[in-house]
Amino acid sequence: AVCLFADTGCITLSQYILLDPILMFFLMGAVLSMVKCNSCADRPFSASWWFWLSLTGVSLAGAMGVKFVGLFVVLLVGLNTIYDLWDLLGNLSLSLVMFGKHLLARVLCLIVLPLALYMAVFAVHFAVLNRSGPGDGFFSSAFQSQLIGNNLHNVSIPEHLAYGSVVTMKNLRMAGGYLHSHWHLYPEGIGARQQQVTAYLHKDLNNLWIIKKHDSDTDLSDPSSPVEFVRHGDIIRLEHKETSRNLHSHQHEAPLTRKHFQVTGYGINGTGDSNDFWRIEVVGRRTGELIKVLRSQVRLTHVATGCILGSSGKTLPKWGWEQVEVTCTPYLKETPNSLWNFEDHINPKLPNISLDVLKPSFAEILLESHMVMIRGNSGLKPKDNEVTSKPWHWPINYQGLRFSGVNETDYRVYLLGNPVIWWLNLVTIGLYLLITVATAVALKRGVQLTSELKELSRVVLRAGGQITLGWLLHYLPFFMMGRVLYFHHYFPAMLFSSMLTGITWDALLKFCAGLLSPSTTARKVYGGGFLALVLLILYSFYLFHPLSYGMIGPLASNPSSPMAGLRWMDSWEF
Amino acid sequence: MLGFLKEPVVVTAKINVSLVALTVMGLISRLWGLCYPRAVVFDEVYYGQFVSLYMKRIFFVDDSGPPFGHMLLALGGYLGGFDGNFLWNRIGAEYSMNVPVWSLRLLPALAGALCVPLAYQILVELHFSHCAALGAALLILLENSLITQSRLMLLESILIFFILLAVLSYLKFYNLQKHSAFSGSWWFWLLLTGVACSCAVGVKYMGLFTYILLLATAGLHFWHMIGDQNLSNVSLLCHFLARGLALIIIPMGLYLSFFYVHLALLYRSGPHDQIMTSAFQASLEGGLARITQGQPLEVAYGSQITLRNVLGKPMQCWLHSHTNTYPIRYENGRGSSHQQQVTCYPFKDVNNWWIVKDPGMQQLVVSNPPRPVRHGHIVQLVHGITTRYLNTHDVAAPLSPHSQEVSCYIDYNISMPAQNLWRVEIVNRESDTDVWKTILSEVRFVHVNTSAVLKASGVIGASLPEWGYRQLEVVGEKLSKGYHQSMVWNVEEHRYGKSQEQKEREVELHSPTQMDISKNLSFMAKFTELQWKILTLKNEDTEHKYSSSALDWITMDTNIAYWLHPTSGAQIHLLGNVATWASANAAALVYLCLSLWYLLRRRRKIYDIPEDAWQLWMSAGGICGGGWAVNYLPFFLMEKTLFLYHYLPAVTFQILLIPVVLQHLSDHLCRSVLLKSMFSALTVAWFSSVYFVYCTFSPVTYGQPALSLTELKALRWKDTWNILIRKQ
Repeated sequence: AVCLFADTGCITLSQYILLDPILMFFLMGAVLSMVKCNSCADRPFSASWWFWLSLTGVSLAGAMGVKFVGLFVVLLVGLNTIYDLWDLLGNLSLSLVMFGKHLLARVLCLIVLPLALYMAVFAVHFAVLNRSGPGDGFFSSAFQSQLIGNNLHNVSIPEHLAYGSVVTMKNLRMAGGYLHSHWHLYPEGIGARQQQVTAYLHKDLNNLWIIKKHDSDTDLSDPSSPVEFVRHGDIIRLEHKETSRNLHSHQHEAPLTRKHFQVTGYGINGTGDSNDFWRIEVVGRRTGELIKVLRSQVRLTHVATGCILGSSGKTLPKWGWEQVEVTCTPYLKETPNSLWNFEDHINPKLPNISLDVLKPSFAEILLESHMVMIRGNSGLKPKDNEVTSKPWHWPINYQGLRFSGVNETDYRVYLLGNPVIWWLNLVTIGLYLLITVATAVALKRGVQLTSELKELSRVVLRAGGQITLGWLLHYLPFFMMGRVLYFHHYFPAMLFSSMLTGITWDALLKFCAGLLSPSTTARKVYGGGFLALVLLILYSFYLFHPLSYGMIGPLASNPSSPMAGLRWMDSWEF
Repeated sequence: MLGFLKEPVVVTAKINVSLVALTVMGLISRLWGLCYPRAVVFDEVYYGQFVSLYMKRIFFVDDSGPPFGHMLLALGGYLGGFDGNFLWNRIGAEYSMNVPVWSLRLLPALAGALCVPLAYQILVELHFSHCAALGAALLILLENSLITQSRLMLLESILIFFILLAVLSYLKFYNLQKHSAFSGSWWFWLLLTGVACSCAVGVKYMGLFTYILLLATAGLHFWHMIGDQNLSNVSLLCHFLARGLALIIIPMGLYLSFFYVHLALLYRSGPHDQIMTSAFQASLEGGLARITQGQPLEVAYGSQITLRNVLGKPMQCWLHSHTNTYPIRYENGRGSSHQQQVTCYPFKDVNNWWIVKDPGMQQLVVSNPPRPVRHGHIVQLVHGITTRYLNTHDVAAPLSPHSQEVSCYIDYNISMPAQNLWRVEIVNRESDTDVWKTILSEVRFVHVNTSAVLKASGVIGASLPEWGYRQLEVVGEKLSKGYHQSMVWNVEEHRYGKSQEQKEREVELHSPTQMDISKNLSFMAKFTELQWKILTLKNEDTEHKYSSSALDWITMDTNIAYWLHPTSGAQIHLLGNVATWASANAAALVYLCLSLWYLLRRRRKIYDIPEDAWQLWMSAGGICGGGWAVNYLPFFLMEKTLFLYHYLPAVTFQILLIPVVLQHLSDHLCRSVLLKSMFSALTVAWFSSVYFVYCTFSPVTYGQPALSLTELKALRWKDTWNILIRKQ
């Protein structure tokens, strides 16, 4: 069985090693070593057993480190291990201590080892990339302080917030921007025609705000006046430094999120009205406590309407320079959208302290970068009118993916599975299900089988079951994903499906051979069937090889093209 | 003959008094003061509008679920003689006199009340003691959130009723299986399972989870039957077929019939028409049907047509052009062809008319006899008012620079030739020689020179700027991008053009169309379309004041304020019985831990409890715990706006688990008599605490009596609860 599935698998692979090959390598590595480990199960704790077990762990880490699709194979191995352990537990000849040893070995090799490797990959990533770059704005202030070249690196600023300080405020949403305003008004018909307030991902002078008291307008920059700290629960006014307008909100609907209130810049030279007052609160603190720069998570409540300043994460149209919308939400929910922290802080009257105290731990960095990645991933949503590939297209090879070249004269490469193999796989899955149900029912009904058949059905049920599980795990989750999907996402599942084809046909041929009892004919039938399959696959490979190696010439819709006869489905576009 | 007269006619009736008492108590708790408050409470504002539309027979689409639940609510309105005249616009609005509040709320309340005896029966069928069954029923009876939900015109109580009914009838069926297979009552309960399942799915798609659970259970039980050597193959096959019929075929048929009734009832056009395709709209009375009635069916050369984009999202629109041109330079500095704009316009307008022209001939009228346009024919499209030709060329489109600009061609004599030939491709053709039909044919226009496809680009928020009057962009998209509905158009209004002169033609375009042909869609076509729309329609509103995440539900960290009296402090909240919810969580945890413990021990061949007790424990857990899991866990994967009431079906199952665990504990873990009596005493004490909590929260469950400020503040047991307190 192994020989055949390796064969088909290899031929298929050799064609498709275009994309994600590293992922697939690790994936196959994991599965192979898992299977090997199973076959070593009669000699537990031998050298080869240890070798294969740890190799499984290593490949798992590799698969996970390359792409998150690797998680599915982790799941597969995990399930297999649990099944394995369950078997061992039922084996009464094994003492509990022995069982504990087994458990520990697996935990060590399959959980601790991959995790350590995975983290090591990230540690290397962070260590190598220690300079500031264009992606900074996506990360929190603490994260940025670790990057050389970032203005937060090794900076020293005053620790506690005081009246008169010039600050920037960063939204705590992942990839949330800085509170920003500029000399442009909201356009006609969108709320009140006042100055825009937005969230902006880049560092800019327009992100600077001055903290003032709500009732007095004394010039706080006077060096002789005493320093007064801002405390939790205080009512403050935020004045935009460049334009001298106050952060303001009122009961007009926000430009994009219609249920929220609009936030504007209002007033001239800092004199506005009572709609400019905000209560500043730190999450999880009591009244009167000081507010720390960078570390305090702050909420700004609008005093007049009771709404909370937040960033909705939606991008404004052209009039707002495609910056992010800032609104005042009446729904009092604790979400990062409505929390802010102070990042830059300039106050000449206060002593500066070094920022090294808030160095985030490695675990925090790891967690944060994962959160950013997940968010970025889920952000890849298809637009309403966009043509996307659907998961059900994949197994039937409905549509390929164009790698390069559109026109007749271009050198074109088109990613499309070998239809013969893919449809064979599809048929085989159905066939396999039939066979499985038939054998399972037969066994359950207690039909007497010969020993060869028993062996065969055991292979079909056990090995086939594992492979099918792998196929399901790598395919079904895509139905639930909201992100943009591509054809190449199916390839890991396709590997499993090919292996299943191998097993099923092998079993089927053996079964047929078993029916014709004389051993020479049996072997002939078996060999003949095997040869026919391989030849079929090789021939189809020959037919379709121009797709993957590239082709020049007229499009296939043109009957004179060499590929004309091969365009078996209307949806293929080569 | 007449032998039966020799025997006296004796009727023996066995009445389970506790069952009757439970039913009566359930009815009292749910029906008491049903008309109060005589105002719109929470989601009644949502379901009420559909009831009104049913009363007026106006077609609507509701993406929240299939129509059976709505129809049941409407049945209440129908029985109460509701005429549908009420404006459902605001929570808290007083009902006018013509709204039969009592009968509208009656069906949900009855369903809610019947849940109490159902719970009792389920535990009895699971072979638990009457004491445990009584406990389960009482817990359901005293569950504040279930009471609130069932006393209003909402669907959850109906859903829970059908779910419990389905579970109960399956259990009855299963218990009959052993000694009287294929008997009358066996068939009755089997069929009832299927019917209840399809009703549950028909009320809300959430019912699907329980349906799947029951299917899995049935599959498992059947698997055990396969292993039974006493059964012959034939009887096994009979069993299999009976189950397939009752649990799959009948529910599917019933589900279809809900839609059949729905469509039969609603035959008038209404506010949601524009979501549907033209063909569907034309099948409704009024609306589009009035316009299209009597149009010629086959589009011919010289036909005057309007072209509607099939996608209909974000709004329906028609291919449109007007005399204004594209600006020479856009805001971002890119250039355009400066030719006449072509857009997609969401309103009916005389500028939406186009004339189909044969490229080989000059005339713009329909010849006699008309020459129909077929699949694959090449045509030119002439804009009716400006007589310019629809054109596309290799110039970047205004908003989507990767696609081609579409314009009406103006010859500026700058060596930019007209490229105005389009090939008509009928997407839903039956053969390659199909004629292009009004409304029915979905057509793609493929540009002959560049093989681009005419498409409504529909980029998010992509109406054109001022110069394009905020209309929607139309582009030529590369054919290779595959099939999408936004590339497909259908003819909506259609007439054979008769006037050769431009002036006459303008008059003709302004006049309404008239001629005679009617079109009807088959039920299955309507059903597939409606079902597809229900499943794919997306509501944009993702934020609500009382929305919550699935994780909040277990601990009940959230509540929903349903209604507040306009003057006094009387209010209604969706708030569960805290004691019950907490103990249900505890029961689930204990169940899980104990099962795991038993399972591991059994694997090592150590049997703590007798085999039949173990079977009992597993089956009860499978139904109650499984019911909880399937009705709860899927919500973590959903991206829609979630509310606390989505958790109610799950919590009902969880509550059923409490007596299961309690009885097991007292039967198998309390070994001495002393322990047993202590345990019962504790249970009684705990029960009185449940009752106490019920009484404490009953004012916000029933909405009366009104509470004072301090009493309201005292009710706020958790900081996260949103009890409404008026500012003085």
